[in-house]
Amino acid sequence: MNPGLLVALLALLAASAFGLWRKRTDGRMRASDPRRAAAEAPNEALIGEPALGGPLGERATLVQFSSAFCAPCRATRVVLAKVAEDVDGVAHYDLDAESHLDLVRALGILRTPTTLVLDPAGRETARAGGVPRREQVLAAVGTAADAG
Amino acid sequence: MAQNTPTAADTDSGAQRAPKQFIDPRGPRFGAAITTVVLIVVLATGWGWLLAAQAVVFALSAFSDLRLSPYGAIYKRFVRPRLAPPTELENPAPPVFAQFVGLGFAVVGSFAYLAGWDVLAVIFAAFALVAAFLNAAFDFCLGCEVYLLMHRAAPRRRPVDYRPAA
Repeated sequence: MNPGLLVALLALLAASAFGLWRKRTDGRMRASDPRRAAAEAPNEALIGEPALGGPLGERATLVQFSSAFCAPCRATRVVLAKVAEDVDGVAHYDLDAESHLDLVRALGILRTPTTLVLDPAGRETARAGGVPRREQVLAAVGTAADAG
Repeated sequence: MAQNTPTAADTDSGAQRAPKQFIDPRGPRFGAAITTVVLIVVLATGWGWLLAAQAVVFALSAFSDLRLSPYGAIYKRFVRPRLAPPTELENPAPPVFAQFVGLGFAVVGSFAYLAGWDVLAVIFAAFALVAAFLNAAFDFCLGCEVYLLMHRAAPRRRPVDYRPAA
């Protein structure tokens, strides 16, 4: 086999492995390690009103990071906005990652969309990369409300 | 409390500079499938001019906001009439950005092939292949994800409106 074709096959193999892994983990809501969250955000209310441009939710806050070149951000917005509409005390904010780069770096956000779930005190309790599923968002909101 | 949701990507000045015609998302994906085949042939044959032709395709799509996309034209003419109408339309900004990324890789790759720098050429063609295949097979936009990583790494270019809460 010629080397170019071999490289092509290896590239397709690597891309398939990555794509399958990504498909399996995409949108999964994972509980945030409180120690890591504390290390990233020593100030408990790091993501408070100044960054969000509005008040935290009484039960939980969904903070979405979006960017201009991001097709799944729109689907994420739909899911999260619906949860905020349906559940009392839940706020949803959609931040443009590019205009909040300090926050993006401080919070270790690597891709858009990333959704953070904050408890009533503004501490991160869970996060998801990709389009999160509604049931998982609802479950994470419940956990966050209990944490606060 | 049904919080009214501010939508950054809709309202922020950096997000959407001009309103664009939303598109059938299956068009760019179809184009990515053709691109994947073209790039496999490029790698298998080492044919630099074919990669240069692909660069022209990328350029036409990218600079016209996909309106003059050759693969898009094939999709509209031959594929779309056979399919059901799209369930939802999408903002063309992500696929346009992906075309620019592809253009960069294809330009460097084809120059390298034609200059005889085969290792460099194969590396760039392979990256373009990975990106096109991920787009075609998984609807995953590699360039779009790397976009934020590049921005993160870049020094701050403008003041951000974020201040840590006291």
